[in-house]
Amino acid sequence: MGALDGKVALITGAARGQGAAEARLFVERGAKVMLTDVLDEEGKAVAAEIGDSAAYMHLDVTSEQGWKDVVAATVEKFGKLNVLINNAGIITAPKEVHETSLEDYRKVIDINQIGVFLGMREVVEPMKKDGNSSIVNIASIDGLIGMYGASAYCASKFAVRGMTKVAALELGKYGIRVNSLHPGGVQTKILGDIGISEEQADGAFKSTPLGRIAKSEEMATLAAYLASDDASYSTGSEFVADGGLTAGFALEG
Amino acid sequence: MNNLQDKVALITGSARGQGAAEARLFASRGAKVVITDVLDEEGKAVAAEIGDAAHYIHLDVTDENSWAAAVKETVERFGKLNVLVNNAGIVQIKPLVESSVADYMKVIEINQLGVFLGMRTVAGPMKDAGGGSIINISSIDGLIGMSGGTAYCASKFAVRGMTKVAAMELGPDNIRVNSIHPGGIHTPMITQTGMDDSAMNDIFGKVPLGRVGQPEEMATLAAYLASDDSSYSTGSEFIADGGLTAGFSLEG
Repeated sequence: MGALDGKVALITGAARGQGAAEARLFVERGAKVMLTDVLDEEGKAVAAEIGDSAAYMHLDVTSEQGWKDVVAATVEKFGKLNVLINNAGIITAPKEVHETSLEDYRKVIDINQIGVFLGMREVVEPMKKDGNSSIVNIASIDGLIGMYGASAYCASKFAVRGMTKVAALELGKYGIRVNSLHPGGVQTKILGDIGISEEQADGAFKSTPLGRIAKSEEMATLAAYLASDDASYSTGSEFVADGGLTAGFALEG
Repeated sequence: MNNLQDKVALITGSARGQGAAEARLFASRGAKVVITDVLDEEGKAVAAEIGDAAHYIHLDVTDENSWAAAVKETVERFGKLNVLVNNAGIVQIKPLVESSVADYMKVIEINQLGVFLGMRTVAGPMKDAGGGSIINISSIDGLIGMSGGTAYCASKFAVRGMTKVAAMELGPDNIRVNSIHPGGIHTPMITQTGMDDSAMNDIFGKVPLGRVGQPEEMATLAAYLASDDSSYSTGSEFIADGGLTAGFSLEG
């Protein structure tokens, strides 16, 4: 399937989890991909496994200069840049608002929110030149509803959802579409990072309408849709893949 | 791209406009397609043009028996039914104070009860098929208001709400249910309200993408939701409106 023929995608946080799944699927569908992360060993390994259509570069998404270097290197290597997946993000261990330190709060905002702001800003020039581009910001269902113990995470994801709409308004005239993707429970390392086992994660999503947690690949297919020309009239909107978690609540067990 | 290979889709209101575009695209991506409408001549012509992968059945979406017969015939002809696109609909522009109950109910019957009947009738066959995808075509008028669209907005908000309930109830049978919200699309539904191309461009030229949408651009979104690529999405709104509902601008 060549739905992404002619696309050059920069994917942040692509060393593992959803980002790695996106990189693999995008190349399979015809794209060239620049993987970035702060986990250099793992990132290089994923790029090497994918082959010539992929490359890896170190990027701390909170660094302005880091962004400038990566965007320039991507255009140099692959000739253009017309897809950005702002996927990099962190979650911290659940803590009620009155127990959350300013330092912890700022760390999440820096990576999840400022990182997306910088990314959108830095890709505009090459994307304008291309004239048919797509920015996909990975938010979360926690950008649609609240999550207990996650003041900073929810704040950052709601902010991403809001910035997506403003960028869509401003960049539409340059042929740049901007949408947010809202995953529900996905089996990735981010949950392990805060001490949630695979079994616990599976159990937590049993009560959703589809009755299971998602695989990373099921988010990659949605990102691929938004990156492709199939999504040519969509901009400024939320695209949810949460197994029905946010559809509502049931009075019956 | 052949990602609809194992799909059998029933598409209502597919004699023209978005429904016809969906039928053509679905067939080109490997699906079998049942085209239904009340416009028999036009519907048969679309089916004939697509060829063996398509079949036309007359369906008035407000009629329970008509639904039962169309679904039965679909399963008989193509062996199963695992995609439903509830696309049939009408628009009516009439100020609230001038709307009669008959005016109001006509829109609700087709746009809202039609979707209710469709979802109810296909649930059984979809369960038999091991699962499926129901795609309800709502509108941006299921997200925001439209002046003169009391009945239309009511019906499209109702479709959005029913979609979420059906997603919760049918998820255990592996049936996904989502709504699509098109913005301004160049179809007979809009042209028949008396809006010509230049009026349409004036209105929809102001959206972030600066143009009216084409039926084919809604068909690609419907195809995504019909495919296994959207395997973890259910109960959600999928918008293709060129940015119309993204917000408003203080400048120009």
